[in-house]
Amino acid sequence: MGMRIALFATCLADAMFPEVAIATVTVLERLGHEVVFPRGQTCCGQMHINTGYQRQARKLVGHHVDVFEPYDAIVAPSGSCVGSVRHQHAAIARDPVLAERVAAKTWELSEFLVDVLGVVDVGASFPHRVTYHPTCHSLRMLRVGDKPLRLLRAVRGIELVELPAADQCCGFGGTFALKNADTSAAMLADKMRHIVQTDAEVVTAGDSSCLMHIGGGLSRAGTGVRTLHLAQILASTL
Amino acid sequence: MSARDEILGRIRGAVGPAPAVPPVPRDYDVSGGHITEPMELLADRLRDYAATVFTCAPADLDERLADITRGWRVAVPAQARFAVPGAVRDDPPLPYSDLDAVDAVLTGCAAACADTGTIALDAGPDQGRRALTLIPDRHVCVVHADQVVRSVPELVRRLDPHRPLTFISGPSATSDIELNRVEGVHGPRSLIVVLVDPVGSGSGRR
Amino acid sequence: MNPLHGIEPFPVAARKALADKQLRRNLGHATATIRDKRARVVAEVPDWEELRRAGEAIKAATMARLDEHLIELEKQVTARGGRVHWARDAAEANRIVTELVQATGAREVVKVKSMATQEIGLNEALEAAGIAAVETDLAELIVQLGHDRPSHILVPAIHRNRTEIRDIFLREMSGVDPDLTDDPRQLAMAARAHLRAKFLTAKVAVSGANFAVAETGTIAVVESEGNGRMCLTLPETLITVMGIEKVVPQWTDLEVFLQLLPRSSTGERMNPYTSTWTGVTPGDGPQEFHLVLLDNGRTSVLADEVGRSALHCIRCSACLNVCPVYERTGGHAYGSVYPGPIGAILSPQLTGIKNNASLPYASTLCGACYDVCPVRIDIPTILVHLRAQAPAPAAEAVAMAGVAWAMAGPRRFRFAEFLLRLGRLLGRRGRIRRLPPPLSAWTASRDLPVPAAQTFRQWWRSARRPQ
Ligand code: SF4
Repeated sequence: MGMRIALFATCLADAMFPEVAIATVTVLERLGHEVVFPRGQTCCGQMHINTGYQRQARKLVGHHVDVFEPYDAIVAPSGSCVGSVRHQHAAIARDPVLAERVAAKTWELSEFLVDVLGVVDVGASFPHRVTYHPTCHSLRMLRVGDKPLRLLRAVRGIELVELPAADQCCGFGGTFALKNADTSAAMLADKMRHIVQTDAEVVTAGDSSCLMHIGGGLSRAGTGVRTLHLAQILASTL
Repeated sequence: MSARDEILGRIRGAVGPAPAVPPVPRDYDVSGGHITEPMELLADRLRDYAATVFTCAPADLDERLADITRGWRVAVPAQARFAVPGAVRDDPPLPYSDLDAVDAVLTGCAAACADTGTIALDAGPDQGRRALTLIPDRHVCVVHADQVVRSVPELVRRLDPHRPLTFISGPSATSDIELNRVEGVHGPRSLIVVLVDPVGSGSGRR
Repeated sequence: MNPLHGIEPFPVAARKALADKQLRRNLGHATATIRDKRARVVAEVPDWEELRRAGEAIKAATMARLDEHLIELEKQVTARGGRVHWARDAAEANRIVTELVQATGAREVVKVKSMATQEIGLNEALEAAGIAAVETDLAELIVQLGHDRPSHILVPAIHRNRTEIRDIFLREMSGVDPDLTDDPRQLAMAARAHLRAKFLTAKVAVSGANFAVAETGTIAVVESEGNGRMCLTLPETLITVMGIEKVVPQWTDLEVFLQLLPRSSTGERMNPYTSTWTGVTPGDGPQEFHLVLLDNGRTSVLADEVGRSALHCIRCSACLNVCPVYERTGGHAYGSVYPGPIGAILSPQLTGIKNNASLPYASTLCGACYDVCPVRIDIPTILVHLRAQAPAPAAEAVAMAGVAWAMAGPRRFRFAEFLLRLGRLLGRRGRIRRLPPPLSAWTASRDLPVPAAQTFRQWWRSARRPQ
């Protein structure tokens, strides 16, 4: 029996990377589930929380909780947004109990596929050389571990190559990328060097924000390496 | 108001009238049960720190110590129950300059911990005052099998905190230059440990 | 200059540090070495997580009754022949120590590396009183001889490589062998020779403390080189300056910290030397012992329920070594004697956020620090907490308010998305290469994709999908 899944598209994917949210829908529907898009959704408030705008964040969190409270399973293609929902919302929300309840049914895509749906092979096919960057919040806030890698390994035709110093931060860090632009760029340079070393055509990750930063650097440097969100690879078929 | 009263007052103001004291979970390993061969592990750990390790049977100890220290000017604690030929007793206390001039100091220990390769001194009769095991360039330390415990908690619990204690894990070392370990800075530059093991292999430098 | 804050905000100081290629190489090499070592020795401890939880709880429990533990510590130290002094702030601590040294008539003191005395600027205060303070830790000596500032809490000269150290020794160390090479062993031996006479003749030593056990009055100093033992054993008078948060209730608490600290800090199973002493021992070691208990802002840290766990820090420096920001900028950019992630949460709390407003932002919140911290200090959460207290730049506040306004509901959000899509006009071949300030900080080193022609929600609606 298929589940009814509420998609939390995240503001960034909604506005800038709609193909990531579409891919998420594609994967979940291919596995036989119904996806709904609660249209009241906007943003989880992570950027405001992490930049120190608690008062405004509280409103956004409250709104997010209200919008998603009615649903049983909420899935987002973003480790950091889910990390914020799960580890920050209760501390800042006016109604922590409600926030906790929403957090408990919110999942990052790879967790949802592997832990909730029990699927590793999502029927994808992607005949390219790919390397995976485990974003910090997926890795250390959500502890997704090797779930994304297990999903990728099951993709037909993929050639997965290990990224050196993979667990090192890419230097994005939300407003850090602007406030500490030089340090951010130095971290990005090392991340790009490691990516280029792998000779991969595509670097993938579970967070559009980090990918926007990494991809922006790769594009500027003219490396020819593309970025694709994990959901986009999992949605690909021949 | 005195500084003391003011600081204590600030603390009380900061934590409030009835601060909750969280319970301390002590479910960590106290006995080091996973360590099966403590004597061997101790020897391994010490060698890892670049200490020199000898093992001998109790009956061979005197001869062993005499061998190791042959040709050296050796200081021993004032009330040591052992000595090697020609040893100088720290009685009356030797001036620092004399301690600086001896080739080695020979002592026992209070306890040793296999897991970390740590020897504890507590200034007992066969160890002497702290300066004695600090200034000479070599420290020859005798460790008996019954002094060896497995884990750090066992070691700490065996010691009397009211005595001046020194925990020694290898010769002095520094990692201050590019984080590379270099043995031998201000403390004894060599640590020679003699493990006395009634059931062990008996003799030989392993 | 205040040892707890710099003159420039972090991003400005960081920019200079990033431009120093040699510094980047030295730091990259050193932090990678220590990270690997730590990971290896931590992995071999089966009960590491249990130890971390115990360490965290011991510290939290201690803070809850800090007043009682300090009173007990004072009682025990006094009963064993020591004298306890209390210092509200840096100036008071410096005055106490200076007077104690003056009372002995000594013109020189030997020092064991100590963060507390760096924090209060004790060396400078002693110097002003005509007393020379000789740092005896190798890295501190390198910093002192190089007229430099420490850049790491464990390895203050981590920013220097062997060749630079050799050059400093050749320049500053009296009587040094002019043929000194940059072999680390030779450099260590040069330091040994340089300090030996000082140790054997020193009358007064000043140390910090890693731990102080309330129930027994025992002080512990954890070290490697033996300079600590020299200072704690040979002089007639010992003065120990410790932050009030260093107290632990029981002797057996050390069984936890003596496992957590060495593995986290130098990546060793145990550090070469740990000394503990209780008051004065007749015929063994200093016959006069003074313990100075230092507040200097700690009680205000304690008053912040979220921020107070910064006081749990055992100064292992593991968080510095894994921090991707520290690895690139080094310690000086933080402007405080406490750099790196712990510095970013401790310094602003000790000085008040206004004097260190940029430090809580000196992190990507990647969480590597929290993962390695042996006492489980949730540094990212405290950083975020402090950011909320930091004064916001006006332009940023306006922008963030605007975004929050737009995100308050779907209708406004759609409008914002419409504005955003106007950004398509800036794009060339699918990317934007240049934006006006403040977004130029982004496009200085990265492109930005042009927003998609259709947002996700437009796509959803056009595909007539369920809401
Ligand atoms: S905050 Fe934690 S990891 Fe950092 S120095 Fe302190 S104890 Fe070590």
